[in-house]
Amino acid sequence: MSAGHAHKLYRHARTPVHALPPHCKIAAVLAFVLTVVATPREAVWAFALYAVLIAAAAAAARIPVAFLLRRLLIEIPFVAFALLMPFVVPGEQVHVLGLSLSGPGLWGAWNVLAKGTLGVAASVVLASTTELRSLLLGLQRLRMPPLLVQIASFMIRYGDVVTDEMRRMRIARESRGFTARGVRHWGVLAKSAGALFIRSYERGERVHLAMVSRGYTGTMPVTDDTPATRTQWTYAAALPLAALAVCLTGWTLT
Amino acid sequence: MHVPDGFIDAPVSAATAAVAAAAVGVSLRGARRELDDKAAPLAGLVAAFVFAVQMLNFPVAAGTSGHLLGGALAAILVGPYTGVLCISVVLLMQGVLFADGGLTALGVNITDMGVVTTVVAYAVFRALVRVLPRGRTGLSVASFAAALISVPAAAAAFTLIYALGGTTDVPVGQVFTAMTGVHVLIGLGEAAITALTVSAVAAVRPDLVHGARDLLRPLELRTAAVTLPASPALSSRRDGDQPERRDPAVPDGLSGDRHRRAGSRGPAAVAAEGVAEAVSESAGAGTATEPKNAIAPRSAKRLWLVGVAAALVCAGGLSYYASTSPDGLEKVAHDKGIDSKEEAHAAKDSPLADYQVKDVSDERLSGGLAGVIGVGATLAAGTAVFVVLRRRRPARTESETAAP
Repeated sequence: MSAGHAHKLYRHARTPVHALPPHCKIAAVLAFVLTVVATPREAVWAFALYAVLIAAAAAAARIPVAFLLRRLLIEIPFVAFALLMPFVVPGEQVHVLGLSLSGPGLWGAWNVLAKGTLGVAASVVLASTTELRSLLLGLQRLRMPPLLVQIASFMIRYGDVVTDEMRRMRIARESRGFTARGVRHWGVLAKSAGALFIRSYERGERVHLAMVSRGYTGTMPVTDDTPATRTQWTYAAALPLAALAVCLTGWTLT
Repeated sequence: MHVPDGFIDAPVSAATAAVAAAAVGVSLRGARRELDDKAAPLAGLVAAFVFAVQMLNFPVAAGTSGHLLGGALAAILVGPYTGVLCISVVLLMQGVLFADGGLTALGVNITDMGVVTTVVAYAVFRALVRVLPRGRTGLSVASFAAALISVPAAAAAFTLIYALGGTTDVPVGQVFTAMTGVHVLIGLGEAAITALTVSAVAAVRPDLVHGARDLLRPLELRTAAVTLPASPALSSRRDGDQPERRDPAVPDGLSGDRHRRAGSRGPAAVAAEGVAEAVSESAGAGTATEPKNAIAPRSAKRLWLVGVAAALVCAGGLSYYASTSPDGLEKVAHDKGIDSKEEAHAAKDSPLADYQVKDVSDERLSGGLAGVIGVGATLAAGTAVFVVLRRRRPARTESETAAP
């Protein structure tokens, strides 16, 4: 269930980006996003350069453009919110295409859209080049508390199991002629949710007993702890360092 | 609503990240204390449950549907510590894997949706569940209120973070109104689903409802004097994993239903029946011994006192801030001139007319005083009706038992 079980978000390939140790990648992406967020929004060209940097990283990882763009759809709710901004923010009005929009609102919308999109793109590159298990290992090496890493690994490991259980309950409901149409049917759905909770909790108890009977004492053994070399850190640092250079130029020019 | 990168500026993001880290640290310690080495698998599975239940669609009307956010549900079912951990892990994984919510905004998201929702929901739930009558209804009402309040509370917390470090210049008042308004609606749906789900869990495994663990009766062995020599079947059954011992003194016809239900619903279910049901059952079975450790029905006094206090606060204090034309109809009538022919109420000259106390000049004090007096009068009338009804009820039950 755990070994070699790739998730849908991961794209297997043999590229330098895939080969980097996970904690280097996580640190690099985090530093990159921080740099992007710290950039002044008036430096429009800086965001274009960031996009080029991310595109270069995605190309090095051989991620298809269509795949990347499809994953970007996750931020649609916030795009809607950003599009509202020019209409609700007070401030001096500018006229674009016959519409009266506020200047600060346009800047705000641009700010959220540009930074948000770059952040999502960076996360997508990370998630599609790193396997789940190594992602968790990387988090652990970055000094995230081991208990939290264990909880996350259990959630990932059993996420599909619990989701499948929910799907089976839905099929069972539907095969008995039930279709949820409105508020009146919430009771049935909530009972399913309650049953799902009880099943998940009881499975957790069984998993714990199974682990205890195999010698679990509260910590998981780390089997493949290979520290990253200096070269690997340098490769990983290329992206955030380039971004930092862009950011500093942005601050000095604006 | 997952906050993306660039929505909150860097210093406030860092500060919320520190808050989130501290909260998660406290929760880790608390969860380890509560669950010992069970913490990892249990919290992990509950996080998987939260993740899955967020995909369960609840149709609202005309093709639209909503889903559960799960903060309040997790808090009530597994407690605040584990709840914070579960929601935080779900948010972390959503941010890292699905790019839902920015990495730099992770602190904002965890503080807002993980910590505030869970802690507020748990506090409200505990406060209410102590006051409300025991049983599943009280549990449902408390979960409803907890979820209902927790969602706008998260929206308010988001507004606060936004006011401190928002990168756009939308006025804070507008953000607050929009966020809270939308989230009160979302909260209603969340509340209904949470209450129904908690009630469903409480019906089957009440020992799993963490927030009400100490309020429900502990697992109880029903014993009675064994009159027959124990047959091998009986003794093996006693040694098995069913803690409930069958009472041989009870005839099958009387108790069969009870035992079948208990067996199919797991041993814990027996412990969970409401107090009233347990009492009526043991009374009905006749030969079964009265459970010694049954909790006495909670006295109504505390509920009554809290209710009075709340009513007085509302009437005396909050009426300060009430609109002077609170009645929509009155206002419309006044605006449209419908009330020009209005005749004064017969009680116009009474000491409390128009919700003001006569001869008290301060308008606010007067309004508050009138409210307090009104509550007192209503309370007296209500209590009188209640007392009369209660006096009549025993008489009726006596006559009923006498009739057949």
